[in-house]
Amino acid sequence: MIKAFLARLQQGHRTMKFPDGPPPEMPDHFRGVPKVDPSRCPDGCKACSEACPTDALRIIDKDTSLDLGRCLFCTECQTACPEGTITFGSDYRLAARNRADLMVSKDDALKLAQALDEKLLKLFGRSLKLRQVSAGGCNACEADVNVLGTVGWDLSRFGIQMVASPRHADGLLITGALSKNMELAIKKTYDAVPAPKIVIAVGACAISGGPYAGHPEVWNGAGALFPVDLYIPGCPPHPLTILDGLLRLLGRIEDGSRVAASDHQGGTAGPKP
Amino acid sequence: MSALSAPYMVAANGRAVDSRSVPVLFPNEFHAQILEGVSSGLRVSALFGTPVEGAVDLWAVLADDIRTGLRILRTHADVDALPSLTPRCPQVHLFEREIAEQFGIRFEGHPWFKPVRYHSSWRAGKDAWNRPPGEPIQVGVTDFYRVEGEQIHEVAVGPVHAGVIEPGHFRFQCHGEEVFHLEISLGYQHRGVERMLLGGPNKRTIHYMETLAGDTTIAHATAYARILESLGRAQEPARAQVIRGIALELERLANHVGDLGALAGDVGYLPTASFCGRLRGDFLNMTATLCGSRFGRGLVRPGGVAFDLAPDRVDSLLKRLDAAERDLRVAVPLLWETSSVMARFEEIGRVPREVAISLGAVGPAARACGLGRDIRHDHAAGIYRFSHIPVSTWSTGDVFARAFVRWMEVQSSIVFIREQLESLPKGPLRSEVKPSEPGRIIATLVEGWRGEVCHVAMTNAEGRFERYKVIDPSFHNWSMLAYALRNQQIFDFPLCNKSFGLSYCGFDL
Repeated sequence: MIKAFLARLQQGHRTMKFPDGPPPEMPDHFRGVPKVDPSRCPDGCKACSEACPTDALRIIDKDTSLDLGRCLFCTECQTACPEGTITFGSDYRLAARNRADLMVSKDDALKLAQALDEKLLKLFGRSLKLRQVSAGGCNACEADVNVLGTVGWDLSRFGIQMVASPRHADGLLITGALSKNMELAIKKTYDAVPAPKIVIAVGACAISGGPYAGHPEVWNGAGALFPVDLYIPGCPPHPLTILDGLLRLLGRIEDGSRVAASDHQGGTAGPKP
Repeated sequence: MSALSAPYMVAANGRAVDSRSVPVLFPNEFHAQILEGVSSGLRVSALFGTPVEGAVDLWAVLADDIRTGLRILRTHADVDALPSLTPRCPQVHLFEREIAEQFGIRFEGHPWFKPVRYHSSWRAGKDAWNRPPGEPIQVGVTDFYRVEGEQIHEVAVGPVHAGVIEPGHFRFQCHGEEVFHLEISLGYQHRGVERMLLGGPNKRTIHYMETLAGDTTIAHATAYARILESLGRAQEPARAQVIRGIALELERLANHVGDLGALAGDVGYLPTASFCGRLRGDFLNMTATLCGSRFGRGLVRPGGVAFDLAPDRVDSLLKRLDAAERDLRVAVPLLWETSSVMARFEEIGRVPREVAISLGAVGPAARACGLGRDIRHDHAAGIYRFSHIPVSTWSTGDVFARAFVRWMEVQSSIVFIREQLESLPKGPLRSEVKPSEPGRIIATLVEGWRGEVCHVAMTNAEGRFERYKVIDPSFHNWSMLAYALRNQQIFDFPLCNKSFGLSYCGFDL
């Protein structure tokens, strides 16, 4: 027993300060929000879209745009482009409320996720219970959702919890391309969540089918079966990207600036049920 | 001893051979050769079909761990039914079911003849279960094994589980709390990857490889890269071999450490659960230092690696490795020193050594039954030919053994990575990979954190994949979990499950 106490002292306090303090440092090779500058595109060049494994690039009359919902952040397009039209940056903030907001084109700043409407915010703002359903992915998104439950991230300090029963949940957090073999199970799970309910699609698979887009075995993402309230791109998204998306949805982070620190204290940090 | 007259072709891990020179055996000879190999200590690493003009060729890859080599066998099946080899060689039971599901061949006398992933046959009009064409196939609807009796009850769990975990269905036949039998039915993560690999490689292939099992990105991508390197007459440069080795061991560390924490959590021992949960992230972040992705996406590419390891990165990794090791040496041994933990780990979920042998067990789960099999040692490739890593075994085959083997491997991997970081060879990161040679067959084995990752590729006359077979270690080991639950208490299922730490997506493909 004494060893356990000594170990506790040795390991120290590890929960990050974010969002009250700075976010954890991202690795310098990290691939976040890309910038697209179609003014550089040579006539008729399709090098980027030909290199893209998931057809995330659309070129209409030299107007090149990149769909973050399909993007695997592999940077094949960046490598293939002769003119440096596409450059991946380090900004981890990627979540959006609308599918169309995931399109990155010239000069457009990414329209980041807005908070839920007032009624839902009142219901879920300080206590959001999610049932996670994994349906036709690679288990990496699940792994980095799980990480949010560790002491470093401590998701429960925001009142957000992953729960076992859909009947205890306010919504679904879906990962995977939505395999047809999971269709019945996920529909039953969705139906079992009491209304009003939300759906969060985490990762390229759940948004667009990811690397499996177009396979007859999948539905190309959660949107085929359910209305989606929050899209979190990535393959898989970094835990910070997921957390940022969840906090934006709950109005804890707005437009790149933090809300006052006191806003996400009281009421959520109490003991777990 | 002439190789020409042998009924099989001998190949090495990651070396392509001419597929036409593999002799075509009659099915009974094919079976006899597999039985002969298995009885002399070989393992069935792969057994799969490939369609040929209305019929199916069956191929087997047997791994000879003692003499370091692979035997490639072949037969031709132009019939709709074959006798099953499973009653005499249990480790082929899932392979035969997979061939049946993909190509509509019945295996007569198979004791457990059911679908594996619940998809329609790849050969139109050929269905091993005579299901009418066009009728939807319902996943998990099958003839489950049942124990009858007034005091017997059945517990059905999944596909949606009480946690952030992949989907699968588990049927327990119980007498009170005691499990008489567990049947595992998967296929929920099936996304049709193997079929999409045909005709490749193409621009999606590497991404399929990196997501076969997302926590095993490096091992699967390395198995694939070696295939293209051998087929394209390229040699991974020394520096790339070392970086791949570092990444593979970091992948092992992240998963082993995470699972040790999860095992602690499953028995309610929260100190190690929370310490290891965090430390797992530290190892993922070290992988992200290599390539920007915590799961190693984008690092391994045919011909070498896509990211270099600059000196400042080496220093940072060494420092963080030291810090993580210091914390682990406090966090993990708490498990072995805490009687309430050991009471739940010891003698639980035991798989006897002979059962592990007959099921064809691989990886830490096999080593926990006293079997000294490890691809890094038995079929060494890349950096493992020059830098050896000890094979960690334990003999008891229980939850404790599977946990303790992982802990020994964690320590060995840390030593290995430190050595590699301190002696990183200079030179290029990638070599040029030429288009693949036509008419070849090649098998590559990589010791992923769960065990043997096996990929087999066959090229057609144009050098494209006419077959690409993936065998995740989970394919061998799920049956061990079912066995481990026999006569155990049902509440020990999560603990036993985590002690194997198997992949659903790697199995379902």
